[in-house]
Amino acid sequence: MKDETKLKLEHISLSFGEQRVLQDVSIQVKEGELFALIGPNGAGKTCILNCINGFYQPDQGDIFFEGRNINKVKPYKRAQLGISRVFQNVELYTGMTVLDNLMVARHVLMKKGAIAGAIYFGPAHDEDIEHRKVVEDIIDFLELEPIRKSKVGMLPYGMRKRVELGRALALAPRLLLLDEPLAGMNLEEKEDIARFILDMQEERGITILMVEHDMGLVMDISDRIAVLDFGNKIAEGTPGEVSTNEQVIKAYLGAKSGA
Amino acid sequence: MDRPCGVLCNSYAKDMAIVSTRLQWGLLVGGLILLFCSPLFINLQLLSIINLMAITLIAIQGLNILTGYTGQISLGQAAFMAVGGYTSSILATRFGLSFWVTLPCGALSAGLVGVLFGLPSLRVKGFYLAMSTLAAQFIIYWVLMHTPQLGAGPDAVQVSAPELGGLKLTSQQNMFYVIMPLAVLATFLTKNLVRTRVGRAFIATRDNDLAAEVMGINVFSYKLLAFFICSLFAGAAGALYGAWARALRPDYFTLMQSIMYLGMLVVGGIGSTAGAVFGTIFMVGLDQLVTALAPALISIAPQLGLGVTASISKIVFGLVMVLFLRFEPRGLAHRWELFKASYRLWPFAY
Repeated sequence: MKDETKLKLEHISLSFGEQRVLQDVSIQVKEGELFALIGPNGAGKTCILNCINGFYQPDQGDIFFEGRNINKVKPYKRAQLGISRVFQNVELYTGMTVLDNLMVARHVLMKKGAIAGAIYFGPAHDEDIEHRKVVEDIIDFLELEPIRKSKVGMLPYGMRKRVELGRALALAPRLLLLDEPLAGMNLEEKEDIARFILDMQEERGITILMVEHDMGLVMDISDRIAVLDFGNKIAEGTPGEVSTNEQVIKAYLGAKSGA
Repeated sequence: MDRPCGVLCNSYAKDMAIVSTRLQWGLLVGGLILLFCSPLFINLQLLSIINLMAITLIAIQGLNILTGYTGQISLGQAAFMAVGGYTSSILATRFGLSFWVTLPCGALSAGLVGVLFGLPSLRVKGFYLAMSTLAAQFIIYWVLMHTPQLGAGPDAVQVSAPELGGLKLTSQQNMFYVIMPLAVLATFLTKNLVRTRVGRAFIATRDNDLAAEVMGINVFSYKLLAFFICSLFAGAAGALYGAWARALRPDYFTLMQSIMYLGMLVVGGIGSTAGAVFGTIFMVGLDQLVTALAPALISIAPQLGLGVTASISKIVFGLVMVLFLRFEPRGLAHRWELFKASYRLWPFAY
C-alpha cells in the first residue's frame, strides 16, 4: 500500500435548510486502501458519497481527488476522472441486458460518436469488440456468465447487486464508492461479495470507500474506518482502534451512565 | 441475439452480428430484392400507400430514438416534419436549389429546431416534457398558418418534383426509388445507433438518468442529441413528403398527426426498431383501408351519418390504441419475438 492520498475531504459541511447533515467532516483515503464509513442510520454516510459524486454541493469545505479540487466538477465528469459508484438501492438500467449494463460503463473510455455508431461497420464495431473483451473479463470475475444476456429487470435482488458491482468495475475506476454492498443479502451472498471486494482491492488495486452496516464484515476487511454520528466524525482509525473507542460504543449502544 | 439451435458463436463479432446464418442472409437479400422490384408488379394505388408508409417510417424511426430509446415523450414530431418540408420547399422555390440539396438542408433545419425545443429537457421530465413539446407543435403550426411569407397560410403550397439527370421524378415508381432507399437507410442507421456507444447512453438515460450521470454520461447533451436526431429524421421525412405529395399544407402537420405517430410507435412496440416498421405498416395501412372503406360503410349504414363516417379513421385509431394498450402494451414487436422464439423451438415445447 502506497502512502499517497487518493481522496481528501476537507472540513465538509452540508445542510438542507435548517437541518445540518454534515458538520466539518474531514476524511483522507489513501491509495489502494479499503476505507469504511460507518455510523447509525441518518448519520450522513450516503450524503458524503453524494458529495463526492457531485449530487450535493457542500456548503463549506473542499473535496480533493488525486490532489485536484473537484468541488466544481460536474457529476458526469467525475466519472471520467475515475470515480465509480455502487448505489444503496440498486440503480441499474432495467431494460438492458447484463452485458449492455456493463458496456454502458465503458462509455467514458470509448470515443466513437453517433455517426460512427450509426454506420456501425468499421470503427464502432471494432471499438465495441475491444471493450467487450474487458467487460467479459469482469463477467468472468464476478461469475455472471449464465445471465450475460438476461434483462436486468428479470434478475433476483442478489444478482442485481452483483451486476451493479460489475458495472462500477467496468468503468475501470480509480476510486470505487460502495454504498451498502451487502444490504439485504443472505450469508452466502455476503461472503461472495466480500470476496469480490477484497479481490478488487488486492488484484486490481482499486481504492475503495465503503459504507456498510454489517460490522462483522467491516471489521474483517477494511483497513481503516471512520465513524459518523449525526453528521460529526467521532472516530477514525484501524478496526481495532475504532471498536474500542468509547464514543463509538456510545453512539451505537446508547449512553449508559457509569457503564 | 438468440441463435437457432446449434449455431454457436466463436467470436464476439459473430455474437454481436444481427444477421448471422445463411438463411437469414438469404431472407434479407431476397427481401430487399423483392422490395426494390415491387414497383414492377404492384398497382399504383398500393405503391402510393407504400411510399407514404416509407416516408412515415423515417419520421417514426426518429421518434423511436427520442421516445422509445431515450425516453423523452415528444408530441411535436409532425411539427418538426413541417419544418423540414417547408424549409426544403422554400429553398427550392426561392433559391432554385435542387431537391438533393434542399432535402439535407430541410432535415438539418428541423434538427436544429428540435434541439431548441429539446432545451426544456434539462429541467423537466416525463409528462411535463411532453407538454413542452406540445408547445413546439402549436408554435410551429401557428407560425405556418400566420406567416404568408413562409408558405400560403392555411392553403397548400406547390412543391416541384425532384429532378435526377434531367428527368423529373413525378411518378409513384420514380418516387419509390427515392423514398424507399432512405427509409431502409433510416432503419439501418437507427438499429446500429442504438446498439453502439451513443445508443447505450440513450437507453441508460431512459432507464435511470441518475445512474447514467454517475457513470459518466452527460445526460443533458445526450437528450439534446436525441432531439436532434429525432427531428433530423422528421425533417427528412417532411421534405420527402412535400416532394412526394407535391404540395404542403399546415393541416397535414397537426397535433393529431403527432399523436398518430406516437400511436404507431406504441402499436409497433416502443423502443424496438422492428417495432417501428411493424407499427408504421400496420397503422398507415389500417388508416388507408378504413378511409377506402368509408364510402361502403355509408351505403351499408346510412343512419350513421356523415359525422361518423368522416371521422371513422380516428375512431378506429382510438379503438386500436385502447386494444393494444390493454392486450399487448409491448406491441407487435413483442409478438414477433414470441413467434421467433416458438419457431426456433418448434416442434418441441422448450
